[in-house]
Amino acid sequence: MALENTLIQEKLTQKFGNSVTNFATMRDIFTLEVNKDKVHEVIQFLKDDEELNFHFLTDLAGIHYPDNNVDEQFALTYQLHNWIENTRIRIKTFLNGENPEVQTITDLFLCSNWMEREAWDFYGIKFTGHPQLKRILNMDEMVSHPMRKEFPMEDGGRTDKDDRFFGRTPVNC
Amino acid sequence: MSDLLLSPEQRYAKIIEEKRNEDGSELNVLNLGPTHPATHGIFQNILLMDGERILEAEPTVGYIHRAFEKIAENRPFYQINVLTDRMNYCSSPINNMAWWMTVEKLLNIEVPKRAQYLRVIVMELARIADHLICNSILGVDTGAYTGFLYVFQFREKIYEIYEEICGARLTTNMGRIGGFEREWSDEAFKKLNTFLEEFPVAWKEFENLFERNRIFIDRTVNVGPISAEKAMQYGFTGPNLRAAGIDYDVRKAAPYSSYEDFEFDVPVGKSGDTYDRFCVRNAEVWESISIIKQALAKLPDGPYHADVPDYYLPPKEDVYHNMESLIYHFKIVMGEVPVPVEEIYHAVEGGNGELGFYLISDGSRTPYRLKMRRPCYIYYQAYPEMIKGSMLSDAIVILSSLNVIAGELDA
Amino acid sequence: MSETKTNMVAPPEGVSGEGFFATKLSDVVGLARANSLWPLPFATSCCGIEFMATMASHYDLARFGSERVSFSPRQADMLMVMGTISKKMAPILRQVYEQMSEPRWVISVGACACSGGVFDTYSVLQGIDKVIPVDVYVPGCPPRPEQIVQGVMQLQELVKNESVRRRNSPEYKELLASYNL
Repeated sequence: MALENTLIQEKLTQKFGNSVTNFATMRDIFTLEVNKDKVHEVIQFLKDDEELNFHFLTDLAGIHYPDNNVDEQFALTYQLHNWIENTRIRIKTFLNGENPEVQTITDLFLCSNWMEREAWDFYGIKFTGHPQLKRILNMDEMVSHPMRKEFPMEDGGRTDKDDRFFGRTPVNC
Repeated sequence: MSDLLLSPEQRYAKIIEEKRNEDGSELNVLNLGPTHPATHGIFQNILLMDGERILEAEPTVGYIHRAFEKIAENRPFYQINVLTDRMNYCSSPINNMAWWMTVEKLLNIEVPKRAQYLRVIVMELARIADHLICNSILGVDTGAYTGFLYVFQFREKIYEIYEEICGARLTTNMGRIGGFEREWSDEAFKKLNTFLEEFPVAWKEFENLFERNRIFIDRTVNVGPISAEKAMQYGFTGPNLRAAGIDYDVRKAAPYSSYEDFEFDVPVGKSGDTYDRFCVRNAEVWESISIIKQALAKLPDGPYHADVPDYYLPPKEDVYHNMESLIYHFKIVMGEVPVPVEEIYHAVEGGNGELGFYLISDGSRTPYRLKMRRPCYIYYQAYPEMIKGSMLSDAIVILSSLNVIAGELDA
Repeated sequence: MSETKTNMVAPPEGVSGEGFFATKLSDVVGLARANSLWPLPFATSCCGIEFMATMASHYDLARFGSERVSFSPRQADMLMVMGTISKKMAPILRQVYEQMSEPRWVISVGACACSGGVFDTYSVLQGIDKVIPVDVYVPGCPPRPEQIVQGVMQLQELVKNESVRRRNSPEYKELLASYNL
């Protein structure tokens, strides 16, 4: 018997009221939005509730929306999975553009440790309460956060590239 | 400030000092990697050692961080395939196909049955190649070089099959949106059949060399065990999880590319130690062989790609001689084909576990955001805990049995 | 010798007579060096897997006198850099190169090591020749084992014809100085 989306929605709205919004089914995954202050509680509820039992954290991804208003410039998506019922759920939360901060979930899932470090490294999202929030993939000396949209992809040190041949100047050749 | 934010050397200095004051014993710090020959890749671990025993370990990753996700935001869908090759380079076709399936899911493309079966065949071949490398290298690390030489020639044979299919050996860049770029040649099927005849014999021999080998058992049983709960907490998937006793396999849980048509078992271990991981991989190779045989037997006729001219790059000859193909080619390359605005997550069973692509599309020719769920990156976190208290030589064996691929780890 | 399948290395030019053979010392040294190049594999990613294939039975680099893979930079002659070198990795590569004793040669295997390859990004070093001097470039992504073997053969040619005094020459010192080595 598969876990019904309506049941999840019912349980969550009953418990968290207005903090959980925008329930939708995107293709095969049930998604919802959570207020950033409630993320930890919602995930804990999803994990601990006997009926819901989302016990596996599949993925945690940071996203940057520079064009949104300042309170919604960063987003985090958590994907949880219930292996027994074989149901996935995706939780999205929006964070402030100037001071992206959210509570860590390392106390719930050990694997979120490096995922959160990655999000910090790439986007500069602070996870309060994280035991070891330092850069992971990039060099420690780096100051900016490379996955933000304004950060250039290409290496700045190349001298052999002629912009004319890449269509990056108004006058080509 | 938490202690963990310090560099490991600083952190260890305190522990060493305390220990010296306590009973006068001398601990030392050992830097293993990042170019240590025993670690097969770029892994650095700074270890706190008490003689031969490891007390603490701190891994540093990112030595080949190549910014896949950043590049992906700047490349059209059909060029991202090149990046997926270089992620888990031991089983690149699985990565390729996983990416195409993600895009097809986004674009709502139905792939013909024949193409799906061909994909299954090539993915299982890749799984064999992946497990074969992992297990034979585990043999090398425990001091048995012969097995490695035995089975490595069969990896060469798998590469020859890849070459017949797509022209490349390692970084295959195989397939297109909707199927394959060309029909498989007769030679490919011929080589595949020879492989299916010869390989099981060699694999049986390889298994016999190891499975009841006294030295191998002593080196691997109860080395680096992980319990099912811990494995789940640490986000283990794939053979490493199954060795701990949980039968989660994406091929069964959410069948893709017609996996539901084939009969296969999901081998599981008990204790999650190195020996179990070895045996689970061995057993999976047999399942893969059986899946390939079933797929070959049931292989339907039909087109090798979906009829989606909006997304499927036409053959080059047609582009030169056929008006419509030229138009479609232009439209695809210039990014003027419609792409839905959606968020998609698609997962496949990769060589090391659940390989997922989380794709956010904003309707343009490039992804808005592409998050790759790289299984290695997630389960490598458990490594320090797994080697704590074991000998240094066991740490090497545990690392190779986990099959951590540097390219996938660092993205 | 012509009946056997064994290929012997051809002797250098010289004068031979009954019981003696006279040639230049540098030729003999070059010959000896070229046929016993000990590789130090600095394998980071995909190309490293192709290097494994090159060393294994099918392609067998040992035929060219590179049987012993030396993992200690002190004992190696030929540094084979295979795979992407990120900026985080660059100082380590340099350190390994500095630890090698003269004469030392470098082969850069694969597009990433030669030029950064497809990874023109903020985190990848755009070619190892930015930090250490390179003797032979092997293109390809990854190069086939045959190509790697050919790269080694090219290097053998270089080694054979190198003057024994080259490493003391001002040009060579200037080259190293340009890399701050």
